[in-house]
Amino acid sequence: MTVDVGLTVNGAHHDLKVDSRTTLLDLLREHLGLTGTKKGCDHGQCGACTVLVDGVRKNACLLLAASMDERGIVTIEGLGNEQALHPMQAAFVAHDGFQCGYCTPGQICSAVGMLSEIKRGLPSAVTADLEEPMVELQEAEVRERMSGNICRCAAYPNIVAAILDAGKA
Amino acid sequence: MPDTILGQPIDRIDGKAKVTGAARYAGDARAAQPAFGVIVTSTVGRGTITKVDIKEAQAAPGVVLVMSHENAPAQAPFKHEGDRHARPKPQLYEARVHYYGEPVALVVADTFEQATAAARLVRVSYQTEVGAYDLAGSRRLAYTPAELVQGKPDSSLGDFDKGFAAGAQKVDATYTTPYQSHNPMELVGSLAQWDGDRLTVHCATQMVDASHHSIASTLQIPLENVEVISEYIGGGFGGKLPIYGDAILAALAAKQLKRPVKVTLTRQQMFSVTTHRAATIQRVRLAAGSDGKLTAIAHEVISQSARLDEFVESAAASTRSMYAAPNRLTRHRVVPLDMPVSDSMRAPGDAVGQLAIEQAMDELAYKLDLDPVELRLRNEPQEDPEKHIPYSTRKLVECLQKGAAEFGWDKRPRTPGTLKDGQWLVGFGMAGAIRGNYRRPATAKVRMDENRHVTVEMDMTDIGTGSYTIFAQVAADALGVPIEQVTVRLGDSSYPQTPGSGGSFGAASCAPAVHDACMEIKKKLDAGQGPGNLQAEAKSAPGEEFKKFSQYSYGAHFAEVGVDAATGEVRLRRMLGVFDAGRIYNSKTARSQLIGGMIWGVGSALHENAVVDLRYGQFVNHDLAGYHVPVHADVPAVDAIMLPGFDDKSNEMGSKGVGELGICGAGAAVANAIYNACGVRVRDYPITPDKVLNGLMRPANVAQQR
Repeated sequence: MTVDVGLTVNGAHHDLKVDSRTTLLDLLREHLGLTGTKKGCDHGQCGACTVLVDGVRKNACLLLAASMDERGIVTIEGLGNEQALHPMQAAFVAHDGFQCGYCTPGQICSAVGMLSEIKRGLPSAVTADLEEPMVELQEAEVRERMSGNICRCAAYPNIVAAILDAGKA
Repeated sequence: MPDTILGQPIDRIDGKAKVTGAARYAGDARAAQPAFGVIVTSTVGRGTITKVDIKEAQAAPGVVLVMSHENAPAQAPFKHEGDRHARPKPQLYEARVHYYGEPVALVVADTFEQATAAARLVRVSYQTEVGAYDLAGSRRLAYTPAELVQGKPDSSLGDFDKGFAAGAQKVDATYTTPYQSHNPMELVGSLAQWDGDRLTVHCATQMVDASHHSIASTLQIPLENVEVISEYIGGGFGGKLPIYGDAILAALAAKQLKRPVKVTLTRQQMFSVTTHRAATIQRVRLAAGSDGKLTAIAHEVISQSARLDEFVESAAASTRSMYAAPNRLTRHRVVPLDMPVSDSMRAPGDAVGQLAIEQAMDELAYKLDLDPVELRLRNEPQEDPEKHIPYSTRKLVECLQKGAAEFGWDKRPRTPGTLKDGQWLVGFGMAGAIRGNYRRPATAKVRMDENRHVTVEMDMTDIGTGSYTIFAQVAADALGVPIEQVTVRLGDSSYPQTPGSGGSFGAASCAPAVHDACMEIKKKLDAGQGPGNLQAEAKSAPGEEFKKFSQYSYGAHFAEVGVDAATGEVRLRRMLGVFDAGRIYNSKTARSQLIGGMIWGVGSALHENAVVDLRYGQFVNHDLAGYHVPVHADVPAVDAIMLPGFDDKSNEMGSKGVGELGICGAGAAVANAIYNACGVRVRDYPITPDKVLNGLMRPANVAQQR
């Protein structure tokens, strides 16, 4: 069964006919050629496919493309490019926040989404005082909030350093 | 060596490509109208396929091909001889099932969704046989393998029994390590495309040359008709040394369909279709005089090996060179099981061997009432104790001393269970680290154009280690050009041959070849040629130094953990490693590898365990929700220090292997910290809360905590 979907990806509008079983991840990769978003598990367990949907970080493998009608998607390609890096991308390079680089687009999209969650005052499991908004970006908060993004190379200390650095800006 | 870009912590030259999604991994390769293949795997561990009913699958929408052993094209036969990564890997070639999760069919359709749905419609019937899946329960099947990568399976020196009996304090303990799965973030997958009789395969392989041979020999076509491309690889850790069924099946299907075919394993299939780290049972016996000097060391290893294909987990090999003792014994036995094929996983042998021996050393230190650092210092050998040859370079003592000082080891509670922080029992632990240093022949091609732009080409790979960057540094240094003027091209079988990435030998093997080729260019420049149109190729190979000198890289780990007194949960609080890996080409990327390895050690101590269903031989927790690896929340301050060094016996550039060194001993430091925190010794890895809690509830411990 095919479904009509009209969605915006990195600012460009697309009207597509897709198999109703197609995930947003496969739509991005196989239909739009945006291969920066990676498939690591296809089950929402690794975070490699994290993208921003209307500004909120989501696992693209857990979203059906059919449910994305009229939504705005930003992928790693939409954050910046090699000539003009997003500050989070630049911080990842400076802090060596990756090795193989496969989880990196997901880590970066997740980090960007996470910073906006903090800005909006959303608490996490390690937030001590739910009444008080976080004044300063804290390492423990970053680690907790980024735990849905696995990095098998285990660049974690460098990823956290990069996020703290970019988050200050 | 100042004023050189070598060793500098420069950013990865492929960094911008990786953070923008521009880096192309195998699954990102483009092709016109590709078909998608999905593999169907066996649901029995041992038996024979009696029937493959493909009617329903074949009739499903979009399906263009269903392949099983009944209709798969002829391929070269499976054989045990030869390089296990380069030899034929025939697929769907017989009705026999060798393990649970073995490919038994391939369904190809116009779209991924169609192929995935149709794969569920293939009905495979089996004549099931009783299989052996339990390592401990099948010990009677153990046999002595012919050899290890590091030499003979057994070794002995002096009289172990006598030396053991003579010790004032002794440890005789058995440690077990579970199956582990590499789980690189990138799924193993291939895109195969034919142009007449020429085949191109985009795949994720650490060893392009071996995979090139493997694909060509399986398909029985000339090597020059195959191109293997592996430009970016999303993590390997040994799990992508060879190619797997996806590459062969994609090639077979693409040939038949006259159309590009993409086949990617699911995360679940990664556990059985690719390799894993074998489970081990290790008995360690140590004895020492009251002066803390070892009188005897024995390390005996039993590991799983697939009945289909032998692999020996050489866990005791480095024990032969680590500490001094006059009486010694090591043994390796393997138990053939009807399990998926085991192979190298980050620091094969050493990673699990040191989970055992470095915990045993800690146990001995407590028995002697000696600082565990001091115990190791007192057993520092002057030469390799079994080979009786000098070490190339060995800075274990400096690693231990520097680490102890930087970590604040003197604040370690001497008596376990005495340092508390609220609900947490806090402990310090340490371990030594040793990893074999290897080198293989490699060839590099270097070109310089009229603008002095340098291009380096090798079939070497970058699995995240930093290969692209360090070879650019080597070339920039040798030719005196800015690094921006160097392009490094890797991961294509049309480039000169190298061993690829494995055994931490990539840099030590390839950097000298790059350097030598650059020197050839330099000679030509000095002779007045160029700079345009200059080209040189250089081959570099290990010499006699690997026989004349005992070659290892070394390190020392220091860990602080908290153990929840009520639940037994263990949290790492901080960790420091100090390493001796010879000359470091890039201190930023090398540090990343080392801390990554240390965190793998933390995972092996606390999390990782591929659980076998002993009835069927299946890895039951075969996904990232069930198979736990460290995540952000598990990793606080972890740092690594690299001692300056230069090992001219390893290679003329002075480097030793880095990528696997960090994991060696790291898990034992965590285990030892747990003991120091709460007085509970867990010898059965991983050290999960249930095991710690069991120990905490023992009467002696309960009394101590009050």
